[in-house]
Amino acid sequence: MLNYMSANKRETIALSFLIVLFLGYIGTHPSGPSTYVLTIWANQSTILALVAMSQFFAVIVRGLDLSVGSIMALTNCVASYLVIGSGFDIVFGSLVVLLVGCLCGLINGLIIVYGRVQPIVATLATGAVFLGVALLARPTPGGEIDYDFADAMTLDVLGIPTALIIIAVIIGPLWMLLRRTGFGLALYAVGSAEQAAFQSGTPVKKIKVAAYVLAGLFAGLAGSYVGFITTTGDAGIGPNYTLNSIAAVVLGGVALRGGVGTLVGAVIGAFILRTISSLMFFSGIPPLAQPFVEGAILATAIAIGSANILRVKNRLEVFGR
Amino acid sequence: MATHQTSAPANSSHPLISFQNVTKLYGATAALSEVTFECRAGEIRAVLGENGAGKSTLMKLLSGVITPSEGSIYVDGEAVRFKSPAQAKAMGIICMFQELSLVPDLTVRENVLLGAGNLGIPAQSEIDVAKGYLDKIDGSHIQMNRKVSELTLPERQQVEISKALCRNPKLLILDEATSALNASVVAKVFDLIRSLKEQGTGILFISHRFHEVDELADTISVFRNGRHIQTFEKGKLNNNEIIQLMIGQRLTELFPPRPTDHELGNTVLEIENLSWGANIRGVSLKVHEGEILGLGGLDGQGQINVLQALFGLLKEQTGRVSMFGKLIKLANPKAAKSKDIGIAFVPEDRKTEGLVLDLSIQDNIDLARIGRSNDNKKNTEALISNYIEELALKFTSLDQSVHTLSGGNQQKVSLIKWLSLSPRCLLLADPTRGIDVKTKTQIYSLMRKLASEGVAIILLSTDFEELVNLCDQVHIYYEGKVQSVFEGEDITPNNIIAASLNVHDQEIGSA
Repeated sequence: MLNYMSANKRETIALSFLIVLFLGYIGTHPSGPSTYVLTIWANQSTILALVAMSQFFAVIVRGLDLSVGSIMALTNCVASYLVIGSGFDIVFGSLVVLLVGCLCGLINGLIIVYGRVQPIVATLATGAVFLGVALLARPTPGGEIDYDFADAMTLDVLGIPTALIIIAVIIGPLWMLLRRTGFGLALYAVGSAEQAAFQSGTPVKKIKVAAYVLAGLFAGLAGSYVGFITTTGDAGIGPNYTLNSIAAVVLGGVALRGGVGTLVGAVIGAFILRTISSLMFFSGIPPLAQPFVEGAILATAIAIGSANILRVKNRLEVFGR
Repeated sequence: MATHQTSAPANSSHPLISFQNVTKLYGATAALSEVTFECRAGEIRAVLGENGAGKSTLMKLLSGVITPSEGSIYVDGEAVRFKSPAQAKAMGIICMFQELSLVPDLTVRENVLLGAGNLGIPAQSEIDVAKGYLDKIDGSHIQMNRKVSELTLPERQQVEISKALCRNPKLLILDEATSALNASVVAKVFDLIRSLKEQGTGILFISHRFHEVDELADTISVFRNGRHIQTFEKGKLNNNEIIQLMIGQRLTELFPPRPTDHELGNTVLEIENLSWGANIRGVSLKVHEGEILGLGGLDGQGQINVLQALFGLLKEQTGRVSMFGKLIKLANPKAAKSKDIGIAFVPEDRKTEGLVLDLSIQDNIDLARIGRSNDNKKNTEALISNYIEELALKFTSLDQSVHTLSGGNQQKVSLIKWLSLSPRCLLLADPTRGIDVKTKTQIYSLMRKLASEGVAIILLSTDFEELVNLCDQVHIYYEGKVQSVFEGEDITPNNIIAASLNVHDQEIGSA
């Protein structure tokens, strides 16, 4: 256990911080600890956690995805048409929604890898396109998502919020995928040292495309989950989530230079960010001071994460980082 | 140029690998020209050559990183054209690269698995095999779950070797793969390689260490200027003859004649006992007005770090540095280039360190003067136009961005940028690398002229001809120390190369 903690120092620090924040949140919440309070907190955090996972896949291969918010909006709007009706309709509709997410990611990946466009530019452009399609599909918020299905996804099972169960169910297999398969290794290797990965025989281009497809898939999951909470489709949900997803992965110890960080870290980062907002809502800090506090926390986390640059003995090496 | 088959198994009618008239062009320059070359199963072949001889191009072609411009490569008699390293690996061609192919953020275990190229769930047996090899080469202390970035360079090389060996190579290529290992570990690696040879693996062995070649190789191929010069059995030629093959015909007309009445002035820069980690280990030197001091040796022996230290780029170096007898402190590049000190450093890589490619010629030159606002503007402008004329810089306007210039002209801008500060001591890091002959001669003439004006020049060069024909004194570095100092008549190609390779041969030096 100690070994594991020192190997995942960043995650351990982030998790400790999250626990402190969570206790503070539960302690100051006017209605005290209850399944209801816990569920609201978990649902809100889970949306951001899913987007952070999406961002994680782009960042881990030394990329960035500015279209995650738009993919969320698009999938959310698609869901508001398809995730309703008989059991079969709901399952089929959900699959189509996730497929749309994957397709958006595939488009990003192909443009970035084979079009040799910088990720930030490519996804800025595709993000606008995806949002445009979402707006055409749902010019104003509306539609409907099956209530029973939505309830099942957003309430609790024996006092445990379903949202937390969903996160746990997702993380398990993905941890295996990332840490126990050649594919997972290749994702990290491509982000950490693309040339070394290439010389080791890794299919670098395919791996990168796959990373963006996974980013699209998780943005699609996030869009669906928003739908489960609101039970409608809304093309305007995206913008905040895009930037918060980047903040969340950084807080969770994922390096924006690629190759370093874990999915669990990204999830913890998302929970931290969301808990800070909730905490401030009830703690009496003026809402206008919220960006200041969030920003200060983010800046501190980044500063701690990059402190080792002070140990560099050849000034030229600083520029390679 | 017959190749000799030594111990190939009887069943191999085709060579394991064969090059037929392979040429690799980069733009107009040929990194490899019409090379015909082969390696048989069960053969250990050493590939020798000076910098730029084409060795690394040969390796990149074999490992699938690049493809030939002309000619064909055959594996087991079948023509192949590798589109990626993965394809070369699938055919059993495994490379141990000089620039390690390890991913720093992954653990040892993960790096080994990455080499397996399996995207599914990898087998534990891979790890066991790699671990077995690590144990055999004194690497048993390297834990499989440590991150590669935490390992020392020798440990990384041990991992790189194990990673390659556990792929069951049919052809194994070692590109300076043991350069950081100590003798006892190297001996164990060689034992492993010999046992692979017994099993029929072909081995290409690139090394600058003659005694290693002597110990391991069956045959030796010498390359020069991108051509395969000769292949012979080990022992047929002595070290001196091999070095002669590596040097070849000499071209001296590129260089301006040495001045006849050459008198050195005062000491400009002196360093005593400079040390920096393991890279610089107690270096002392002195350079006078009008002197060109050459720094040579194999790559990565600390020469470049000495120049970096003199330009304030390193932290925590120890030792004394003085200018004109006055002790100075080189806190950063700004201090080094200040009027009081007056050191200028033209770095190795003009594209990333020397110039900002997207800025104009004028802006690039002006960058050097940031922090030197007291300079007389008129004088500087006169100086700049003077050097532009002297180096015959080809340009349409000073507002033209530097990336539109040819490599040679870019290097001229990089030089003018620093010369515009009228430095008293000029540090040059391989200033003519990858540059056309005409520009080279222009730069050589300029160096002579600067020296005659009293500038002290320290020239780091990977081209021994430059050291021989330009320098008043040459220091050869080996493992962070000045291995040998040559002056006057002793500055010969044989002496320089023998000292660089750390060859102690009585015959060499009398040439």
